[in-house]
Amino acid sequence: MKHTGNIGKPKRYGMVIDLDKCTGCGTCMVACMAENNVPFKKDESNKLDSITWLRVYRLTNGKPYPDNEVCYLPRPCQHCAGKHEGHSPCVSVCPATATDYDQETGIVSQIYTRCFGCRYCMAACPYHARYFNWWDPVWPKGMEKALNPNVSARMRGIVEKCSFCFHRYQKAMEKAHMEGRRELEEDEYQTACTQACPAGAITFGDLNNPEHKVHQIAQPDPAKGGRPRNPKVFRLLEELETNPKVYYLSSREWVQEACHKPHLLDQKTAHH
Amino acid sequence: MKIDRRSFLALSVGGTVGTALTPLPWKIQDDLAIWTQMWPWTPDPLDGENTFTHTVSTLCRGGCGVTVRKVGDRVVKIEGREDYPTNQGGVCNLCASGMQMLYGPTRIPHPIKRVGDRGAGQWARISWEEALSMVAEQLGEIRQAGQPETVACLSSRKYGSVAELLKRFLTAYGSPNFMVTPSMMDAYDMTLKRMHGVDGRMGFDLENADYVLSFGSGLIEGWGNTAYMIHTNSVWKERKATVKQIEPRLSNTAAKSDQWIPVTPGTEAILALGIAYVIIKESLYDYDFVNNFSTGFEEFRSAVLSGYSPGNVAKQTGVDQSTIVTLAREFARARRPMALCGRGQGTVPGGLGESVAVHALNALVGNINRPGGVWAMPRPAVDGWAAPALDASAQAGLAKPRLDGAGSAAFPFAEQLFNRVPEALATGSPYPLKALFVYEANPLFSTPGAAKVREAFDQIPFIVSFASHMDETAMAADLILPNHAHLERWEDVPDTSGFHQPMIGLVQPVVEPIRDTMHTGDALLRLAAALGGTMAASMPWENYKACLQEGLASRWSQLEADGFWIDNRYRPDTWSLAFPTPSGKFDFGVAGSDLKALFAPAQPEGDDGSYNLKLIPYDSVRIPNGPVGSPPFLVKIVSDTVLKGNDLFVEVNPETAKAAGFVEGDHAVLKTPLGSATVRVHLSDGLMPGLVAIPRGLGHTAFDGYLAEKGINANDLIGSVEDAASGLDAAWGILASLVKA
Repeated sequence: MKHTGNIGKPKRYGMVIDLDKCTGCGTCMVACMAENNVPFKKDESNKLDSITWLRVYRLTNGKPYPDNEVCYLPRPCQHCAGKHEGHSPCVSVCPATATDYDQETGIVSQIYTRCFGCRYCMAACPYHARYFNWWDPVWPKGMEKALNPNVSARMRGIVEKCSFCFHRYQKAMEKAHMEGRRELEEDEYQTACTQACPAGAITFGDLNNPEHKVHQIAQPDPAKGGRPRNPKVFRLLEELETNPKVYYLSSREWVQEACHKPHLLDQKTAHH
Repeated sequence: MKIDRRSFLALSVGGTVGTALTPLPWKIQDDLAIWTQMWPWTPDPLDGENTFTHTVSTLCRGGCGVTVRKVGDRVVKIEGREDYPTNQGGVCNLCASGMQMLYGPTRIPHPIKRVGDRGAGQWARISWEEALSMVAEQLGEIRQAGQPETVACLSSRKYGSVAELLKRFLTAYGSPNFMVTPSMMDAYDMTLKRMHGVDGRMGFDLENADYVLSFGSGLIEGWGNTAYMIHTNSVWKERKATVKQIEPRLSNTAAKSDQWIPVTPGTEAILALGIAYVIIKESLYDYDFVNNFSTGFEEFRSAVLSGYSPGNVAKQTGVDQSTIVTLAREFARARRPMALCGRGQGTVPGGLGESVAVHALNALVGNINRPGGVWAMPRPAVDGWAAPALDASAQAGLAKPRLDGAGSAAFPFAEQLFNRVPEALATGSPYPLKALFVYEANPLFSTPGAAKVREAFDQIPFIVSFASHMDETAMAADLILPNHAHLERWEDVPDTSGFHQPMIGLVQPVVEPIRDTMHTGDALLRLAAALGGTMAASMPWENYKACLQEGLASRWSQLEADGFWIDNRYRPDTWSLAFPTPSGKFDFGVAGSDLKALFAPAQPEGDDGSYNLKLIPYDSVRIPNGPVGSPPFLVKIVSDTVLKGNDLFVEVNPETAKAAGFVEGDHAVLKTPLGSATVRVHLSDGLMPGLVAIPRGLGHTAFDGYLAEKGINANDLIGSVEDAASGLDAAWGILASLVKA
């Protein structure tokens, strides 16, 4: 057998985003919107109601000219495991079981048809990764042709968020099963943002699989709720013990520090 | 009725049991669940066979290889092509939004002619036959009258078979006026010609450079090939190369660089010469190159040593003496240093002096035609065609001077100077224009001093646009012959972004044309046939594809098989063979020009003392600033500190804002000698005090509600400044004032 990695055991899909490489170009956001049929309105400048499963934040060190520094931080859903697998902040509060933690992949799902829009999950999510559809989506005439059939379009009154392109996982698994396999190669399942990033700043794979790059970079410590052993790698708001599956890498100390501040991603103060 | 404890309990228990037993609540909940899941008003995209097709995206200047995912006959996704030599799997945000450009409602669905006033948006549908015969008739009349030179063409592309075909059409017709929208490559081409003696283009072996000194180039913001440059930036991080960014604003490039060096806008060339001073004074230059392979070094040396001491330069540029000395030493001691220019995305060429000063640094350290250096590259050529046939009237027309003065005694090295056209048309000198073709260019929006261009266009009686989308220039046209969208056509895209290997990408149709459009190449062939005589003889092909195939000659088979052609064994000539100047050496003296005058910074208009600030434009990678307007996805990712509603924010240093009494978000009137506009103030610690920074690419008046009227167009406030040495636009910005609205 070729693999010595994570065979037959549950996967924990996650990513490491290299903030040293990220240039803030926003291609990941576009790729995500195109892949996932994310709607757009004529005015998207009110970022409180602008749906972006993946949002690139602009962090600064707050120092005056000329010592000012800027770092971009792409924020998808963090797919938190919580203190025990499945204890994600959003999953715990959803009264409709519209969001769930998949024990096979570690992916936090969002089932649009179950969601009735109470938005408890949005209140619970410390990363502001969830978005509410205040309006029905409208595509300009002709543009609905570009919709992806693998992701259903949403409607007003429900919450949506990043799914780590779960439909791509399903497609890859289908293909593997057709070929008599039960395991995926690392490159068979990649998210749209990972694929599109011209900087190669996003690495995606199974955190439980020592053969996967994402494991090798983050070096998660299962005994400590997945905390990274790589000193340059960190997670957002680690203190909350949400055990997210999105790791960040930065060589700049102020960036690492900023990512522990509770108001980091506050919609009113952060620039996008 | 009295409710005691017993009856209350009985009631609640009874109620609970009753509710649990009756099917009603469950039925209601079930119905509700089903009802809420019926969303007939949200689209349900049809599934179908998935196919993946390679092509090249022409939306941005880069020309990236992309893989297009189709479901049935629908394009649903555009991704970077993994095995493409430049972008290597990455893609830029604009090309990733290409589906919206294909299917969007701003597409021009069929040929139309203007029926109301110009720009009023009143059009009538006409057939292709009618449209083409209208053009042929007009052109026939002008040629009959013996004025073929009064027909001009503006294209956003300089190379490739469509650009060559447009040029060939004009040549056979008898007009020297093929023009290309300006870019930094104009300044680079001229520098190459004057310093190397090479009629070619610059290539940059970027990945192998280990120390990059960028004079304001938006290296990761659309300079060159966007996706490739972002990839290169990651390579630099992995290889621990050093990037130093010199510019007045903390751009993304500055933010990701190892050091941001703020500089007074417009003094970049002076700083380059200050660095040259230290390199020369401390004898840090490459003796072999300078002594054995260059000429004019003495003139250059005395020009530099007489006026650009670090003390002097520090005063003018705002950069510390010690920083200048450090930069010079680091640059000269690096193994593979590279100095680059072209501000932002390089849409404004900048003066020749700036390009020469920066390139002189590369020459001083001998990093020319070497790995990790700047390379002279051959021009991409469509060489499979026979020379066009010229009749007497064509020859007479071609003997006339160009409208923009390029190639004249004043600007002998210039190939095109579109920035000089408004002036020429305003004065009618050397002659007025009777007709203009516009191919994939939007000069009424994207030319600095756009108002003057609009006035100039009013002087042209017949404007034909080949636009696929209703942009500002198409709005002002008399006739639109819409081209196929980028995913519907054949085309060759030679790399012109500065890649260091000669390369051509092949655009292949991914879908059948969804509108009644025609490939511009085919339209030109039909026009030539209608005009007859030598015109028809010069363009004998049956259709554009046949003409493309013949033009690419031996490269066609590889292009067809792989989707791109690359000469990856290309190495530039060694120093002894590389410089076909009269001396056979690299020319620091720039063909005997007055170096002092060459290096003088551009003076913006309106220096009457009423402006206390300087306005500089900036390019954002999220805002396309070329011929293509932002599709909805790109407008969506514009920051709320740039655009809020339709309000545009300008950046101001908090200190400057405080002195003028502004706080974050204040409305203000931004005034320049060209005009004024109401903007809002965004405080930024990433900008030199005394400046106002405005993004380019917003403020469209054309397109639809997803883009039109959002923000203001920087080109309405900032004009062009003609560089005396080259005729190129050397503007770095303009003087301005900002007062409370």
